[in-house]
Amino acid sequence: MHKGKGMKFVGDSRITAERKPNIPKDYSEYPGKTEAFWPNFLLKEWLVGAVFLVGFLCLTAAHPAPLEGIADPTTAGYIPLPDWYFLFLYQFLKYEFASGPYFVIGAIVAPGLAFGGLLLAPFLDNRPGRKVSQRPIAVSLMILGIASVFWLTYESAAHVDWETRAEQNTPEMPVEVEIDESHPGYEVYQNNSCIQCHGESLEGGAAAPALTNIDLSVDEIKDIAVNGIGDMPPGQFEGSDEELQQLAEFIVQVNESGD
Amino acid sequence: MLQKLYDWVDERVDITPLWRDIADHEVPEHVNPAHHFSAFVYCFGGLTFFVTVIQILSGMFLTMYYVPDIENAWRSVYYLQTEVAHGQIVRGMHHWGASVVIVMLFLHTLRVFFQGAYKKPRELNWMVGVLLFFIMLGLGLTGYLLPWDNKAYFATQVTLEIAEKVPFIGEATKTLLAGDPNIVGAQTLTRFFAIHVFFLPAALFALMAVHFILIRKQGISGPL
Ligand code: HEM
Repeated sequence: MHKGKGMKFVGDSRITAERKPNIPKDYSEYPGKTEAFWPNFLLKEWLVGAVFLVGFLCLTAAHPAPLEGIADPTTAGYIPLPDWYFLFLYQFLKYEFASGPYFVIGAIVAPGLAFGGLLLAPFLDNRPGRKVSQRPIAVSLMILGIASVFWLTYESAAHVDWETRAEQNTPEMPVEVEIDESHPGYEVYQNNSCIQCHGESLEGGAAAPALTNIDLSVDEIKDIAVNGIGDMPPGQFEGSDEELQQLAEFIVQVNESGD
Repeated sequence: MLQKLYDWVDERVDITPLWRDIADHEVPEHVNPAHHFSAFVYCFGGLTFFVTVIQILSGMFLTMYYVPDIENAWRSVYYLQTEVAHGQIVRGMHHWGASVVIVMLFLHTLRVFFQGAYKKPRELNWMVGVLLFFIMLGLGLTGYLLPWDNKAYFATQVTLEIAEKVPFIGEATKTLLAGDPNIVGAQTLTRFFAIHVFFLPAALFALMAVHFILIRKQGISGPL
């Protein structure tokens, strides 16, 4: 760099007053068909990028991102699964030689060796030859590693019924309903056996579903209370016709309050 | 007009050398798919970068609606997905991008590995690359919890149980990540959120900068 006497600056700053020309280097003397990155190559890259982006957007438009129901720690029997690129580790930890008393082997030693080997690959495979034929050990270990990851992923994913999983876990907005306890129907609900299975706030329980978020008319509810439905036996309701009417109206009113 | 503006700034800041450093570099024949079609394998690093940019932009838009607390996280995602104009596309881009970036990283790693491009003098850049891979996996792991649906909750519980069983540091690690030795809950969600949007992206940017500076200094590896 030019320094010392004769240097001129812009004002009192340290920016040189001497302007450098803003012209690209000449690549014609470089070996082969070397090209300048800017702007020649970048334009081609943008074309490839645009095609890639269109394909990617088609994917996102065709397959909306999945969302399951809101997290509920009390959900019974939910089988957890990680994202697909962790399935191989997840599967590996299921094998006998990698779990229980051998957990340390499965979770630390084996992955540690594999990923440590990957991290230190340049020092383990340190001879100058770059061709695949010049480094048989490194290349075979890598192929073995990739094959195991693919196989473990397959083993893990093949036994999952993805469609049923998705159907059982559709997202539903949890509705907040208002229970009007002064409603005459609520008293009828309390005095009958309804409350034992369907819960104090109609939230449902182990033996019966919630009575919120249902799409039934007053007459349909009256019919179910008397004649039962599915696992619910008939004859659950005991009382007058007037009370039956109040009960059904109460349940419908609760449902309407949640909309 | 533009030229005048450029000159005005250049006179005061001397940006020409900086700009030439960024823009001016060679693209050798053996990495240029326009000359050798098989050179498309060199695109995977650039495509990884491209998808990373998509992730950053879509993620920024997601945080405009997302609320990291256990009452509202799921609701905000549901709202974004069903009510907000183009919300489904933005969330879809972030969701699918997270998978595509892993695929691209994998292909990029394979290219570098099978070409032996990590050999002297590129050992450091290979190690930076492996760290980048781990950070991407960490982003995937922490991002998986954020929608706070059943899949997120139960998968994270399993992950934390695995972390807990690691000898010596397991319990401390679990508490650090989950915010509590036993509960996966409100603290866990805010911690995963902070890790996902601040800690890991910061590390990602720093390592990507090192990755690119090293590539520029060393140049791309020669033909085999
Ligand atoms: C966010 C993640 C990453 C980005 C954005 C990225 C980007 C890039 C780009 C644009 C190049 C130029 C050549 C090419 O595209 O093939 C490159 C080269 C390189 N990358 Fe990466 N990379 C990433 C992760 C990795 C990983 C995971 C590894 C290996 C474990 C790695 C190792 C290397 C090495 C050694 C080179 C130099 C190769 C040569 O000179 O031929 N990078 N990277």
